[in-house]
Amino acid sequence: MSTFLQQLINGISLGAIYSLIALGYTMVYGVLKLINFAHGDVYMVGAFMGYYLANGLGARGAQAIGMSGEGLVARGLLGSGTMEPSLITALVVMLLAMAICAALGVIIERFAYRPVRKYSRLTALITAIGVSLLLENGGQVVFGADPKFFPELFKKRNIELFGGASINSADIIVLVIAIALMIALQIVVFRTKTGRAMRAVSFNLQSAKLMGINTDRIIMFTFALGSALAAAAGVLVAIRIPRIDPLMGILVGLKAFVAAVLGGIGNIPGAVLGGLLIGITETMVVGYLSPTYKDAVAFAILILILLFRPSGLLGSVAQEKV
Amino acid sequence: MPRYLRNLIIALILLAVLYVLDIVFQGRTISPYFSRILMLSGIAITLAVSLNLINGFTGQFSIGHAGFMAVGAYSSAYFSVSYGANLAATLGNGKLGWLVALGIATLIGALVAGLAGLVVGVPSLRLKGDYLAIVTLGFGQIIVVFLNNIEAVGGARGYSGIPIVKSFFWIFLIAILTIVIVYNIVNSAFGRALISIREDELAAEAMGVNTTRYKVMAFVISSAMAGAGGVLLAHFDGYLNPKSFEFIKSFEILIMIILGGLGSIVGSVLGAILLTVLPEALRGFAEYRMVIYSLLLIILMITRPQGLLGKTAAFKGWRARRKAKSRTAAEEILAEDRRNGVTVDKATLGERQSETSLGEGDDK
Repeated sequence: MSTFLQQLINGISLGAIYSLIALGYTMVYGVLKLINFAHGDVYMVGAFMGYYLANGLGARGAQAIGMSGEGLVARGLLGSGTMEPSLITALVVMLLAMAICAALGVIIERFAYRPVRKYSRLTALITAIGVSLLLENGGQVVFGADPKFFPELFKKRNIELFGGASINSADIIVLVIAIALMIALQIVVFRTKTGRAMRAVSFNLQSAKLMGINTDRIIMFTFALGSALAAAAGVLVAIRIPRIDPLMGILVGLKAFVAAVLGGIGNIPGAVLGGLLIGITETMVVGYLSPTYKDAVAFAILILILLFRPSGLLGSVAQEKV
Repeated sequence: MPRYLRNLIIALILLAVLYVLDIVFQGRTISPYFSRILMLSGIAITLAVSLNLINGFTGQFSIGHAGFMAVGAYSSAYFSVSYGANLAATLGNGKLGWLVALGIATLIGALVAGLAGLVVGVPSLRLKGDYLAIVTLGFGQIIVVFLNNIEAVGGARGYSGIPIVKSFFWIFLIAILTIVIVYNIVNSAFGRALISIREDELAAEAMGVNTTRYKVMAFVISSAMAGAGGVLLAHFDGYLNPKSFEFIKSFEILIMIILGGLGSIVGSVLGAILLTVLPEALRGFAEYRMVIYSLLLIILMITRPQGLLGKTAAFKGWRARRKAKSRTAAEEILAEDRRNGVTVDKATLGERQSETSLGEGDDK
């Protein structure tokens, strides 16, 4: 029982992060019908921006970055950071990283995706793969290929729960921030004029244009929003597991995309549901079966869902018209 | 001269040329670096042309090609390690013995990969577009995860000790065979059925094409040929690692055919060679090599989206030209405005009407 509870807690925490990334995939797919393969790498950039910002703000333990595990502990204790680790630090770092990645998302959209938008979707997809490769390889050049260790932004401690399970304070904070961001997104999409325009564009781009919506701006905004969420996910992941490297976005991005398809791509609550499902199943497989199969699980679920309900869990079935 | 006789003569000449080249490459006159890149290009050609059959000609967007390649590579490597070496030894361990052993290994690899293609294709080809892409990608990843867990073939450590048969003759024989097979398929009734599926699946079905059956057949053939490509790779380096068959490899093959032009065999060959040579040519840039490579890819997509030799795109271009001839009055005004530097939103003049008339938004 305690194992189950523990894995459930871990799974929800992991799933919340998948959900945040999946939201970006689903929104971009909604407006452009494009699988934005670079999204997972934007998440990686978010984590690195968080890392540099935390260092810039002088977070404790920052001196030890790049050291080996033991070195980290030894130096981390001796770290003479000027700033006390606190929740405020974490929030500031996260918000700044989100802003930087929003700008990155806009740049990617403007210079890589917009020029190919008029061509076939396949061209756009290959361009997305190109951008993804560019971020991965560029990241290796700019950030260095070795993994880096994220400074501790706030004190972590374990809270004992009933039944022998324990929850880390980092998990709680990750979950709270993730839920807050999802609620914020919900408000933006369903309660603002821009959100209404976004929904209109995803419903039918041509008609939205005819109704006087500046579709280019809306698409740009969608990219900014999705990239900001990915950056938040990047910082949150780094808070949970403080090891970041330029290739960390590949598999996570792929799984988050799977989560988006699972929930029904283009559907915002679906992305959250899909993310949680993938996260929980993955940790359950790690807990009860074998950790080596954890990467296959997401894809196995995906295949089963698509074969029996191709539009995803919450997606609507589109009838083909002649 | 009867056709079969002509074909036979061409085949014999080709074999002779390959054999002579093989001897040339066995000697030390050509640098091993150059011959390595050449042979890797040959393997890439097999993979690219086979992927083009399903992606370019049938229009079914599969991005799990590396998975089938892995199945072919591992199954044939297992055969070669367990039986192939013995077989070659009984045949005298000479060049001929190894060719026979490799031939059997290739058959096994292609068969097992084709079987895997059948298992994956039957359920997933019911899906279309992006969903099919994601399912094939998922299957590809699952194959990699399983290979990581099969201890008999080394698991995550990789599979080493595979007999190395670096044969120019064999690699290019398979590459040429792949090209010939795909060329003949495309120029047959079967191929026309595949192309009709690409152009309009619903219309093809209405014309009596059993679309599911044709799609699965194309998928299985394509997978089998990818498996043969995997066999070549396994016996080229003598070492396999599941990591090298991740989806990034599938993307690489996909980029080859997109770069060359979807639905063009010559394009696939060019794309395969270009993508094998380009990373080597950029080696001088050291760590910036892959950055430049990805930048080039993006720029190429923006400036030449149809690839170097795209047939589909050429067809679309022809259609666009014909459309341009019968421009409506509104479009004439639009063109006039554009010449005068007035920016008018294209969509407002219904330029895309002809595209959407088959889809939603035009309920008469």
